[in-house]
Amino acid sequence: MSSPASTPSRRRGGKRGRGSNPPTRKCSQDARSPPSQKRRTDDSTSTGDLQPMPTSPPADAQSPGAPDLLFSSPPQFRHSAIPLDFDISSPLTYGTPSSRVESTPRSGVRGTPVRQRPDLGSVRKARQVDLHSDGLAEDVATTEQSLGQRLVIWGTDVNIASCKEKFQRFLQRFIDPLAKEDEDIGLDLNEPRYMQRLEEINIVGEPFLNVNCDHLRSFDANLYRQLICYPQEVIPTFDMAANEIFFDRYPDSILEHQIQVRPYNALKTRNMRNLNPEDIDQLITISGMVIRSSQIIPEMQEAFFKCQVCAFTTRVEIDRGRIAEPSVCKNCNTVHSMVLIHNRSMFSDKQMIKLQESPEDMPAGQTPHTVVLFAHNDLVDKVQPGDRVNVTGIYRAVPIRVNPRMSSVKSVYKTHIDVIHYRKTDAKRLHGVDEETEQKIFAEERVEMLKELSKKADIYERLSLALAPSIYEHEDIKKGILLQLFGGSRKDFTHTGRGNFRAEINILLCGDPGTSKSQLLQYVYNLVPRGQYTSGKGSSAVGLTAYVMKDPETRQLILQTGALVLSDNGICCIDEFDKMNESTRSVLHEVMEQQTLSIAKAGIICQLNARTSILAAANPIESQWNPKKTTIENIQLPHTLLSRFDLIFLMLDPRDEAYDRRLARHLVSLYYRSEEKMEEEYMDMAVLRDYIAYARCFINPRLSEEASQALIEAYVEMRKIGSGRGMVSAYPRQLESLIRLAEAHAKVRFSEKVETIDVEEAKRLHREALKQSATDPRTGIVDISILTTGMSATARKRKEELAQALRKLIQSKGKAPSLKYQQLFDALRAQSDTAITKEMFEEALRALADDDFLTVTGKTVRLL
Amino acid sequence: MPCVGDWLSSPFSIVQGFFAQNVPNSDWEKKVTEYFKEKLKENNATNWVPSLNDVPVHYLKPNSLVKFRCMVQDMFDPEFYMGVYETVDSNTNARVLHFGKYRDVAECGPQQEIDLNSSQSVTLERQTFYCVPVPGESAWVKEISFFWLSNASQARVSPSTSYTPSRHKRSYEEDEEMDLHPSKQKEQHMGNGSGGDIHGCVEPKRLETEASAGHHLISPNCSPPLDLNFPLPGEKGPACLVKVYESWDSFKVNDVLEVYGILSVDPALSIVNNEESSALDPMECMDTAEEQRVHSPPASLVPRIHVILAQKLQHINPLLPACLNEEESKTCEFVSNFMSELSPVRAELLGFLTHALLGDSLAAEYLILHLISTVYARQDVLPLGKFTVNLSGCPRNSIFTEHIYRIIQQLVPASYRLQMTIENMNRLRFIPHKDYTANRLVSGVLQLASNTSLVIDETQLEQGQLDSAGVHNVTALGNLITWQKVDYDFNYHRMEFPCNINVLITSEGRSLLPSDCQVHLQPQITPPNMEEYMSSLLTAVLPSVLNKFRIYLSLSRLLDYSISEEVTKAVEDDFVEMRKNDPESVTADDLHRTLLVARFLSLSAGQTTLSRERWLRAKQLEVLRKARLQQQRCVNGNEL
Repeated sequence: MSSPASTPSRRRGGKRGRGSNPPTRKCSQDARSPPSQKRRTDDSTSTGDLQPMPTSPPADAQSPGAPDLLFSSPPQFRHSAIPLDFDISSPLTYGTPSSRVESTPRSGVRGTPVRQRPDLGSVRKARQVDLHSDGLAEDVATTEQSLGQRLVIWGTDVNIASCKEKFQRFLQRFIDPLAKEDEDIGLDLNEPRYMQRLEEINIVGEPFLNVNCDHLRSFDANLYRQLICYPQEVIPTFDMAANEIFFDRYPDSILEHQIQVRPYNALKTRNMRNLNPEDIDQLITISGMVIRSSQIIPEMQEAFFKCQVCAFTTRVEIDRGRIAEPSVCKNCNTVHSMVLIHNRSMFSDKQMIKLQESPEDMPAGQTPHTVVLFAHNDLVDKVQPGDRVNVTGIYRAVPIRVNPRMSSVKSVYKTHIDVIHYRKTDAKRLHGVDEETEQKIFAEERVEMLKELSKKADIYERLSLALAPSIYEHEDIKKGILLQLFGGSRKDFTHTGRGNFRAEINILLCGDPGTSKSQLLQYVYNLVPRGQYTSGKGSSAVGLTAYVMKDPETRQLILQTGALVLSDNGICCIDEFDKMNESTRSVLHEVMEQQTLSIAKAGIICQLNARTSILAAANPIESQWNPKKTTIENIQLPHTLLSRFDLIFLMLDPRDEAYDRRLARHLVSLYYRSEEKMEEEYMDMAVLRDYIAYARCFINPRLSEEASQALIEAYVEMRKIGSGRGMVSAYPRQLESLIRLAEAHAKVRFSEKVETIDVEEAKRLHREALKQSATDPRTGIVDISILTTGMSATARKRKEELAQALRKLIQSKGKAPSLKYQQLFDALRAQSDTAITKEMFEEALRALADDDFLTVTGKTVRLL
Repeated sequence: MPCVGDWLSSPFSIVQGFFAQNVPNSDWEKKVTEYFKEKLKENNATNWVPSLNDVPVHYLKPNSLVKFRCMVQDMFDPEFYMGVYETVDSNTNARVLHFGKYRDVAECGPQQEIDLNSSQSVTLERQTFYCVPVPGESAWVKEISFFWLSNASQARVSPSTSYTPSRHKRSYEEDEEMDLHPSKQKEQHMGNGSGGDIHGCVEPKRLETEASAGHHLISPNCSPPLDLNFPLPGEKGPACLVKVYESWDSFKVNDVLEVYGILSVDPALSIVNNEESSALDPMECMDTAEEQRVHSPPASLVPRIHVILAQKLQHINPLLPACLNEEESKTCEFVSNFMSELSPVRAELLGFLTHALLGDSLAAEYLILHLISTVYARQDVLPLGKFTVNLSGCPRNSIFTEHIYRIIQQLVPASYRLQMTIENMNRLRFIPHKDYTANRLVSGVLQLASNTSLVIDETQLEQGQLDSAGVHNVTALGNLITWQKVDYDFNYHRMEFPCNINVLITSEGRSLLPSDCQVHLQPQITPPNMEEYMSSLLTAVLPSVLNKFRIYLSLSRLLDYSISEEVTKAVEDDFVEMRKNDPESVTADDLHRTLLVARFLSLSAGQTTLSRERWLRAKQLEVLRKARLQQQRCVNGNEL
């Protein structure tokens, strides 16, 4: 496409090297473009200096037009870049048919104004510090190898023509074989991906083409390498290629300015900590969190000088951050007569942003690193402090300015990144689309390793053993927590009116103090990336949910999120759940079933997502678990809340010798084990973490036919057990729990299908938890109604029987209007074959009083 | 080869020598480090190197070799510097290569200019740490290390200065006390009133940060004094920017280091900054004024050290060889010598502490165990080896607790006494937090080096209202004690920093903070004049004996430990037996604690394995301790 003829002219004019006379050159671009004309006339009457521009031979511009563009593109087009206000008007002034008719499609390229790219452009300063500085100092000067055709940019191995051609081929042909990303919505996956993008640009009019470097790499590894190593030469080439294709296809398209290519996801994605001097001037992608952004800095791109004597004007381009003020007027040769005219100089937007390493990337015990970013033009104000972003840009190092008066220089460089592309990693978090965005990128070997692991038959046991190894036994509890970590599949029933089904599994641990509940919570909190840990005693409803604050400076209302919202997609560990006050606990109702949090406060009404699993720990009310009482009685929590827990485990101190012995051995071993062993286990924790993260991201099991059948059976069975004794022992909530548990278990196996074994395990675990928490202490029978109504069916029945017995007893006494309390109690006890406590007696009396059968006044019972 | 004086006073000439010999490759760097390593291994050589800890900066010769014992308080971003650069003489066009390592400023002669585009230049990376002297370092540590230094420097050919130590009066520890904790004095007079003086320490700091946030102070002349960011209020000593050239990944925040390096106090450093802020280039103003102030403070206040050798210290006790792990004969000799006289020392120390604790030998026993405890490992989140003691039953409003602290201060290398008043809890900053405007980690009281003794005086606590800061502070203390970690506040997130701090809580009743073990004090004697009794106690101990105590405590902490198979069996049996008899009161926690007591009991006797006798003794101690608590509960019950 690019004609060989172009090269000479490019070399002459298109260099970024300062020496040449940019004004004339650039006008080759603008020569015939009405916009620039317009600007000139608008600008002022003194256009003397601009005269030369049109003179530059159109022919020259014609044939080499495109290549010209690209080589030179960033820096020198700066002159021709048109002030923003103008861009808007360009379509109007420009899009006349006439201008198109006579021009080749390529002229379309010329027609659309070029927007300078300061992100690539401020380069020259960096040049000098470049490590491979031997080559790059004068980058765009090209060497002719043969016949003007085989040109490479000096210091690189980039041949413009072939590079452009390759990229065009990429754009035209690339079909993503693994396309499954969320950003592909509305794209036909079987068509060349980037051509569709270009079409989109034509429709939407946003002249930016984001190119995934990963795609480029799979298409042409060499081109990718060149992009990474010489971004500031290659990207303009890409720009040019994209524009050519675009205007070839859509010659009538009107854009604000020419398309700019923005590569992202350079595979060299790295941790800030790994940046080293070799990365200077390369394309890199790093992730981090924005901690500060500056105000917009207007950066002078081109200064406008006017001679005070003869009114001759001239433009000077910025060079290494400085404007060289002309000391002599070229026209009248007066010395020091040139004056800077501010409002005719050209400025571009720039913003400084500080990016800090994300907490996950940080090695333990070190403080986070920060790096400075410069965003230009459109990218200004795209991110706010607190955002997690992936930034693609060019890494720069600038020597700290040499003071002309001092011979010594600080021997340190300042480094920054010129941003080319941002990708927010958590933008959707509060708006709740899906968790796709936080797909962790796993190395291939790692994935292999995890998959290998998942094939092991005993993976479930293995993982549960790896969980909190310092906590002894309690295997079922660990298994429960493991399933909680994996979570079920999220289901959307919005269209049938039921909204989302929660996928998160909630677990309550209750039991004796000192059974390492807190330790287990602490472990889970440390394990999951988005965990929160609070203590029931110390948290208020606001702390858990969200509160509205007025910013003291801006007087703006700000929504501050609390622990539950912060642990969206994570686990919220709540210790001392029983100590939490009533009102605080009540906010959990919504969170635990609907997984949202509604706020209506200080003029802000909103619903936040809180798709969090809750792992709570509670102590029994009498500080020691009373085995003679039910769970409800022991922890005194409202059963409405209790029924929202999928699993409720009792952590009791088992009192048997064998257990004690094992425990002792375990503890003793803690006290002399070597450091290396600890190290090994730490590795396990990392593996576990990755395993869970991978499963949560990529595995989404669905129920298989047999599995659903098994679930139905299980549920019916559970109902049957209850109905046999005249009580209900399972509710739909329990069925949902079962499904979630089964799904989680399938995830553990990395299986896309929930099978019977998963259901079996879910049933077992559920029964196990039930056995522990919902056993009626009087009958020893599992009774779900303890959790749902707070009282077991037998207890209720017993109470009723007693009341009836009492009524009969009183009636048998004949017509006595009043009875002595103690006498009656003794009589009842004598009559009954089971032991009757005073409480039971009083309860029966109260029941009868409720029936208006009698009243109790002091020590006497009066019949009514 | 250069003589002794050379490598001390002008290390650059040596580096230059290596550089000139090996220019084309980067071997010279390795050779330089090796050279200095060799030099420092020589007899007592380390004692010849002047230390920033003891000698004020202005007495030290710039560009000489110095050492600094410090804690890493903050880590700045890595910086790229000119590793090798070329200068061009503007007259003769002669090109010369220079090295940029160990320098802040790229030097060149008057006629020379740096060629920034030279193909010969090399860019390298180094890391800057902000270091402060070890927080809460005891006076005796400073004194002893200084004593050795001044002795050594007498023999030296060219002492860097004529600095005459004015430290001698420091031996009056009263004096020292006042310096470190002026607060105490005042508080004593003020009685129950507000511990007013804490404002004195904290308030100006706070004002200062506010002020610097408000204005853009360009000239250092009119700026408020720089906040040197010491973790503890009232600390003194030089803070230092330490530039590390190799393996900086191995260092962590709060590590205690001893660095040997080249001192750089070039005034140009501050000047360059001033010029910079007025520069036209917008590129240069990427840092805010505060950030610049913090990251390049005046060199006279915060000198730079370019590290040649750095080592993490296991301990800061100058009486012990710096590194005990090495298989050096000297070290082994030292250890075995001391081991032989270990038991009398222990007995003596026990007696001493018994007196200090008013004749309570059980409490003294537990105090020893506490003082040698250290977190030796972590089992996932659980720190092993922490032994927080709650010494309850301390008389209220007396100077007893203060004196206990003084005694501890005399024994351990680093300590801090936290007076847990409502005032302090609400006002002091406990948790370090990140200041994003200045881009630094603002320190807090809980940013302490490993093995620092933190004595929390709860007898000072009155009834009153804790505000939210206070609640956070109490939570932080609780976390510190239970998990041995501090959650540093990074504004957008929190980050956990594991720590290893010995916490001793003195309180009247049971402390509101968690603790591993509560010992109720039972005074056997009631001295008529507490003040007199306590100070006479300290003066009565010979310095040599005191030193033995110090060595004993530091050394026992570093010993290895194991439990043999048969003892494990015995312990198991014991536990099962105990559970059988009394399942209610014997829990896993008790076993944990007894094992800990046994561990430290063995170590305190210099034994590295658990023996059956020790285990029984540990159990016995526990029984005694629990009996006391029981008794105490009864007494309280009766009173009620």
